[in-house]
Amino acid sequence: MESPATCPAAKAGDFKSDVKPVWCPGCGDYHVLLSLTKALAALGLRPEQVVVVSGIGCSSRIPAYTNCYGFHGIHGRALPLATGVKVARPELTVICAGGDGDGFSIGGNHFLHACRRNVDLTYIVMDNEVYGMTKGQPSPTTDPCWDSALSPGGTGMSPFHPLVIALASGANFIARAFAGDPNVTAKMIADAITHPGFSFVQILSPCVTFRPDQKGWKDRVRQAPVSETDDPGRAARRLMTDDGFVCGVLYRGHREPYRHMVQTGARGPATDLVETGFRVGS
Amino acid sequence: MTSETDRHTSVSVALVGSGGAGVLTAGQLLLQAAARVGLFGLLTRCVGPQIRGGESAALLRLAGAPVHCMGDSFDAVLALDWNNAERFASEIPLRSDSVVISDAGNGKIPDAMLAAHPVMVELPIAATAAAADGGRGNMVALGILSAMLELPAATVQAVIATALADKGAAAVSAGVASVELGRGLADQAGLRLPVHRDVETNPLRWLLTGNEAAGLGALRGGVRFVAAYPITPATEILEWLAPNLQKIGATLVQAEDELASINMCIGASYAGVPALTATSGPGFSLMLEGLGLAVAAEVPLVVIDVMRGGPSTGIPTKSEQTDLNAAVYGMHGEAPHLVLAPTSIADALFTTQWAVHLAESMQTPAIVLSDQAIGQTTAIINPPANVKFFAERAVMRLPQTDYTRYAITADGVSPVTLPGTPGGQYTADGLEHSPRGTPSSRGEDHALQLDKRLRKIASFNYGVHWADVEGDGAMAVITWGSTTGAVREAVRRLRATGRSVRLIALRLLYPAQPRQMAAALSGVTCAVIVEQSHSGQFHRYLRAHYDLPPEVRLIARPGPLVLRPGELAQRIGNRSQ
Repeated sequence: MESPATCPAAKAGDFKSDVKPVWCPGCGDYHVLLSLTKALAALGLRPEQVVVVSGIGCSSRIPAYTNCYGFHGIHGRALPLATGVKVARPELTVICAGGDGDGFSIGGNHFLHACRRNVDLTYIVMDNEVYGMTKGQPSPTTDPCWDSALSPGGTGMSPFHPLVIALASGANFIARAFAGDPNVTAKMIADAITHPGFSFVQILSPCVTFRPDQKGWKDRVRQAPVSETDDPGRAARRLMTDDGFVCGVLYRGHREPYRHMVQTGARGPATDLVETGFRVGS
Repeated sequence: MTSETDRHTSVSVALVGSGGAGVLTAGQLLLQAAARVGLFGLLTRCVGPQIRGGESAALLRLAGAPVHCMGDSFDAVLALDWNNAERFASEIPLRSDSVVISDAGNGKIPDAMLAAHPVMVELPIAATAAAADGGRGNMVALGILSAMLELPAATVQAVIATALADKGAAAVSAGVASVELGRGLADQAGLRLPVHRDVETNPLRWLLTGNEAAGLGALRGGVRFVAAYPITPATEILEWLAPNLQKIGATLVQAEDELASINMCIGASYAGVPALTATSGPGFSLMLEGLGLAVAAEVPLVVIDVMRGGPSTGIPTKSEQTDLNAAVYGMHGEAPHLVLAPTSIADALFTTQWAVHLAESMQTPAIVLSDQAIGQTTAIINPPANVKFFAERAVMRLPQTDYTRYAITADGVSPVTLPGTPGGQYTADGLEHSPRGTPSSRGEDHALQLDKRLRKIASFNYGVHWADVEGDGAMAVITWGSTTGAVREAVRRLRATGRSVRLIALRLLYPAQPRQMAAALSGVTCAVIVEQSHSGQFHRYLRAHYDLPPEVRLIARPGPLVLRPGELAQRIGNRSQ
């Protein structure tokens, strides 16, 4: 394998593939793709050192739009898939990406346990408060009154607070970004990748087709007015009381990352030492 | 012809008592002592649904030659008490010459135990234990049974010394003393039940459960990543693997559910590390969507399903062969994959190891259908052969420009790049794709990929391992899984009476091997199909995939009662008159 040191530095464009996205014109996810490629280039990584893993949904199409190794898995299971990749090959940089339905509804349980497990990977959720691929149904982060064909008059269900839940579940790095600000978002993704353990970045990524009202998000987002914290209590209070548009690194913890990784050199048919327990007699 | 043969070649004993009385420990130590003197045998545990306490029984069959199933009936039952023992009565069939040993005043003997009018013997087990310093009833029982079976005192002492080593010297000497007193009781009462042996054989033996054998098979095959969610009766595979993976630098991740465990395996295997998970029916149902992804994205992995009574939660602690339909047909779409089943406890090692090799060679998932009777039975076996099957994936280390992940090849297998390889980047996908891996809904791409995925497993040469085929004659008994043990013994008994019967025990269930089966069935006019199910899933599977002889008979019974060799010999024998 070619050593990364001998390769010329990769630029953001080197991380983009030539596959044309299925996304609608004006979709926030284009900007997330741009931010991700900028972040990877800024970190001096090579495309082959990075694995982008996803589930199902509009935003989950992102792996094939990068020139990295990718895995477009099944609905809701991106985090276990990414966990398997990272634990098996700790030297790889693993990015898990997807939407709010994939991550918080069908994949909600994995979200909790990925936060707890603290495997050193970065989870990017492009949150647009709607199921776009199936043409406009409410997701866990949708306002309870939002009217739709599937839930006329709204779901009446309390919206899911991903950052609060990530904090309560033990995530080691919690941030919020806005897709429309790709330079800031790229820095935040790079920060998340660099931080040891499980990093969670919620990116507000407007769906202009099914949630045209989200075009107004650009006027509501703002950087956090206070410095970041490693105190979970303080972070909890801020996250519980903000309006969902405060961006920045909102919690940075120091928990030890998951350590039970497969060691290089574990391959090979050396199983003699595990067999002695079965032997009886001379 | 049933139990007569049985009685001359093996001895079956049952130990019964309340949970906490230690009958399972005593049974385990008895089996270890038997292994040390070169006997063969099996130990199955019967436990109630209680997490702790309740009634438990250790059922042993010991023999001078390898045994693959429990016997027809028990030669001796020793009860420390009779509380709730009626629950096990149907699993401990007795004869008029069976010996029932119990302690006077230790509960009412269940009527079912008396039905065969066995020989009743009362021994002061509890009083004997109470008289010794630190004495335990189960150790007295171990003494009684070991003396009856003529296992040397020194051997039993050595087993106790090893088993109780971490409890200290006092515990060991108390155990040894109790055993000596028990041996004295048996000698006084003149109880003898020796295990017949023709010749002294090499005393080197292995002692393990089918679940442990499967775990070792996984490691020998090259598995270095395991994702785990506990479920009865598969948990022991995972609990054996956890520390042993660590010893060789590999790892086990405890997942939050089976949806996670299957997808973690897919991720690890995609990254290049052979992966496995183990589960049972309910967990297996949850894994089916993930298995379909592994087929579509061509990611090898192995899932061991240790089958238990179903549907739904079913009977978690009892064996049944009823996940066959789910394993063969359970995935949506058309998803060619591998389904294998071990034919014995020892074979759980081989079949799992082979499954890893096959999955990696063909870049597709393999399902190993073990069952509770194989998984949770402890066996004394001959040391297993070290076969050469190891994970060998076609990996492309220096990809050309325009690397084509799903290139159309003659055998359907496309060399894969692993993450980290420059120029080999691709996106694995559950979406149908072009040879490059780009999502595609074109009919041409779908047809090409369906063909290639089928061709991988259809054109592979599986060699002789597709089934165990033994014997000749116009009648064939076709079976699979743990039922093979009882069928094998039934067929041998029939042969001993001069009848020729073939045995065909399938190890590779999918893809079907019609040419090999036709050869195995050449000259056969009657097939008897034996399976542990209610609806005859295996029978229907055989009908769907193979040409069977004109006359086909089905012996099918659901769990939890096991099929016994004598009963099978009788029913198969009736057909061969």
